[in-house]
Amino acid sequence: MNIQLQILPLLLVLVLFLVAPVAIILAVSFWDYTEFSLIPDFVLTNYIEIFESGVTYSTYLNTFKFAFLGWFFTVVIGFTLAYFLAFHVRTLRWQIILFLICTIPFWTSNIIRMIAWIPVLGRNGLVNSLLLELGVIGEPLEWLLYSDFAVILAFVHLYTLFMLVPIFNSMMRIDKSIIEAAQDMGASSFQILINVIIPLCLPGIAIGTIFVVSLIMGDFITVQAMSGGQSASVGLAMNNKRALLQYPAAAADAIILLFVVLGMVAILMRTINIRKEL
Amino acid sequence: MSSKNRKTSFYILAAFFCLFVFFLYGPMFAIITLSFQGPNGGLTFPMNGFSAHWFSKLFQEQRVGDFQGSFSRSLTLAVIVMVATVVISLSAGMAFRKKFRFSNTLFYLTISSLIIPSILLTLGIGLLFDRLGLEGHWYTSGLGAHLTWTLPFGLLIMFAVFNRFEKSYEEAARDLGATNWQVLRFVLLPIIGPSLVGVGLFGFTLSFDEFARSLLSVGSKNTLPLEIFGMTTTVTTPTLYALGTLTTFVSFSIIAICFGVIVILEKRKKKFGDDSGKGLI
Repeated sequence: MNIQLQILPLLLVLVLFLVAPVAIILAVSFWDYTEFSLIPDFVLTNYIEIFESGVTYSTYLNTFKFAFLGWFFTVVIGFTLAYFLAFHVRTLRWQIILFLICTIPFWTSNIIRMIAWIPVLGRNGLVNSLLLELGVIGEPLEWLLYSDFAVILAFVHLYTLFMLVPIFNSMMRIDKSIIEAAQDMGASSFQILINVIIPLCLPGIAIGTIFVVSLIMGDFITVQAMSGGQSASVGLAMNNKRALLQYPAAAADAIILLFVVLGMVAILMRTINIRKEL
Repeated sequence: MSSKNRKTSFYILAAFFCLFVFFLYGPMFAIITLSFQGPNGGLTFPMNGFSAHWFSKLFQEQRVGDFQGSFSRSLTLAVIVMVATVVISLSAGMAFRKKFRFSNTLFYLTISSLIIPSILLTLGIGLLFDRLGLEGHWYTSGLGAHLTWTLPFGLLIMFAVFNRFEKSYEEAARDLGATNWQVLRFVLLPIIGPSLVGVGLFGFTLSFDEFARSLLSVGSKNTLPLEIFGMTTTVTTPTLYALGTLTTFVSFSIIAICFGVIVILEKRKKKFGDDSGKGLI
């Protein structure tokens, strides 16, 4: 069968719905605009305004903070879960069952999964009620919901799977005889973890990092929903400009964000060959 | 590793795993329970009676927005995306088994499609259709936007499948005189069938639940996730939870159906793929 024909549908979708939209955003980012209309032009004002505004830097700082904290918790939790599944669960059957238990929520709605935190973390939610009941706190904690804490919690809730899957994949590919060799040489479990397992899992960690970092860097909906509009992210700022019909300004934001995300991913990609890791 | 030491670490890790599962599912069960609130119940515990009141509201009340329309649109779109994802991923996955020019470029383009910020993509598609003077619809621009999200997953799964695929089965079939089509139909598809169902599962569920890439790309008629998100600011009754329970139920049903089909296909594979013990006839 003809290879060109086989890749044509994929290519068509990517050109029409990925390349063309990015191209038009790039073009529009140089356009001028008034309150009512877009004016095709070639001006740098959209970019200059972004770089001159102090808000940009604080927004990026906040987004990097989310990305770092989200990454940190997902990598620690994802690694621990994968380690348990790969090296402590003994039968393949149970490995599959437990793995699927972790995976199933991924196939349900992110929006619903965020809404689900409301009755848990809210002012009259389960956590506050429980803590009040136990006498740990005198009055409801306000920072549980609609806060940076809630945003990070939601990221961990939504994206740990993206870390767990590639790390688990890396662990399952580790030749058991390597670990046995380390044991025979007298290595403790901890030494095996540090000197054998973690180095061999780095490709999985890198793939997971690519997922989590790019998802968080481009996020706007989690930040908006979970911070109750009280925190900022680059994506959210962009969406706000878009809502004000300042398309060129939003487009310039988008292009800068794209460069930042692609730059981060390109650095990570240098460390691995994704096609071989699958 | 002494065996006693190993046991302690096992229990600690097992406890951590259970805690994570509780964290993963706890909130979901909270809203499923709360969606059965009595007519006077509120958005938080305690339960004030037990009823299907809020589910019936979902089907009556106009205030809930266009629930039924958006629901059927999302369902239809998810089915289209599912079929398209399976076909396109399989086709491209097969092409990637051989070397061809720009294969790396196409691969990295697909990866870019995955990692590109969704807000950027949906803005771009919205702008593109607007500038071309086309009206965006959920089944045109919306479909394209969803495919940019599902195809990378589909293709990555195909890579994983073909990396583990034993080529000699195909070669044997060809040696016995099978045509390309027969190899595909009688050798390849039965072997990778279960994985294709998995690709379909990704296609359906990712589309059915997609919010960010739908936002500016589906045109004037909302899909369900957009409708639900709109409701979070306007609806202050457990109707919201009822809707959440209903969509989660749809997702769970699809997952169950796909798993069922995968199990059946795997059984068939075992039954027909192995004639050991039958002797020579």
